[in-house]
Amino acid sequence: MAWQHHDYEDIPGTYVFDGKRAHSSFALNKLFFSFNNESCRKEFDANPEAYCDKFGLTSEQKSMVLKQDFLGILRAGTNIYYMAKFCIPRGLSVQDAGAAFQGISGDEFRAKLLEKREGLIERLEKEGGYWNG
Amino acid sequence: MAKLIGGITTSHIPAVGSAISEGLTQEDYWKRFFDGYKPVKAWLEEKKPDIMIVVYNDHGLNFFLDKAPTFAIGCADEYQNADEGWGLKPTSPFAGDAQFSWHLAESLVNQEFDMCTCQEMLVDHGFVNPMRVLFGDHDVWPVKTIPLAINTVQHPLPSAKRCYKLGQALKVAIESYPDDLSVVVVGTGGMSHQLQGERAGIIDVEYDLACMESVINDPSWFYNQSNTEIIKKAGTEGIETIMWLTMRGAMTDKVNCLHKHYHAPISNTAAGVLLLTNTEE
Repeated sequence: MAWQHHDYEDIPGTYVFDGKRAHSSFALNKLFFSFNNESCRKEFDANPEAYCDKFGLTSEQKSMVLKQDFLGILRAGTNIYYMAKFCIPRGLSVQDAGAAFQGISGDEFRAKLLEKREGLIERLEKEGGYWNG
Repeated sequence: MAKLIGGITTSHIPAVGSAISEGLTQEDYWKRFFDGYKPVKAWLEEKKPDIMIVVYNDHGLNFFLDKAPTFAIGCADEYQNADEGWGLKPTSPFAGDAQFSWHLAESLVNQEFDMCTCQEMLVDHGFVNPMRVLFGDHDVWPVKTIPLAINTVQHPLPSAKRCYKLGQALKVAIESYPDDLSVVVVGTGGMSHQLQGERAGIIDVEYDLACMESVINDPSWFYNQSNTEIIKKAGTEGIETIMWLTMRGAMTDKVNCLHKHYHAPISNTAAGVLLLTNTEE
């Protein structure tokens, strides 16, 4: 029995959420999914370690959650949308998580995104037919 | 007979909902993005469709990973929005049309699309933000809705071509309903973006524009790509643009493009808006 290799695994810096990842991270994702419920968020905040134990996290998984090690949590298989349920109530945007993946600040990450706006209007004018006010 | 009067594409990202809630739509960062919807809003105001079929993906509100249906359709008379973990105030509920939904489900299953039918379905930002950006906020929404959820979260995902074929089957399903309903299909999500990993933050303007032209004029260019090819260009979350192809599959081979709008970046993504109508009755 073995996990099958997929061509998408060769895309650098990218973790496609497939069965292998979902299988290894089910408890982590289930914990984050519980945060849809406000009372669960409060229960976690009151005692994060006990809450992790309740969901049966391994000691490695628990350590990453307690340290808010986003890249570690992601590499452990967590889905980004479930991770967002963990980040956002803590005042961290998905962009801050994106920055953490790259080891840069949230502001640096946002500045890199904003560079995409440079020359955009001219590019759309060249393409033709695009609305521009 | 029910009739498809138009197809729309739109982003569905959470930040769009936050910008509306916080009154930021005319701020510098947001103005160009939101202003680009005005022609679509005016068209909807004029046409007053009876039903919006919103094609979107659930991000862990209605479905958890214990059960991840590839294609799911709401079959209820009402759909509730709810807290996705961020503590935001839910929107007012959306009216559905259970009879029409069940007809669509029956027709789709007869055409070998084995839908998961949902008599209770919480709708998340993927559904809600397209409605908010197209109609503004309402205590009572001015149109009925049918949520059609495609799994773009838990791989294996359906292929782009499969999403397109679902649209073709949806066209048959809509047109075989005897009541005179005017229907709009909305393909949501995209465009290029990756939220996760060291490659987070990618936006590929050239690829996005090629996808927009393809959706208008030659969807085969887009739907003949494998999901890995699409992820390489558009990112792991940008893959959700394949849901646009369900809208496109429901339309005639040739379409009129009444409006196209592209903007980047908005939050982590590029955003594309299309308003298409059929060339034939």
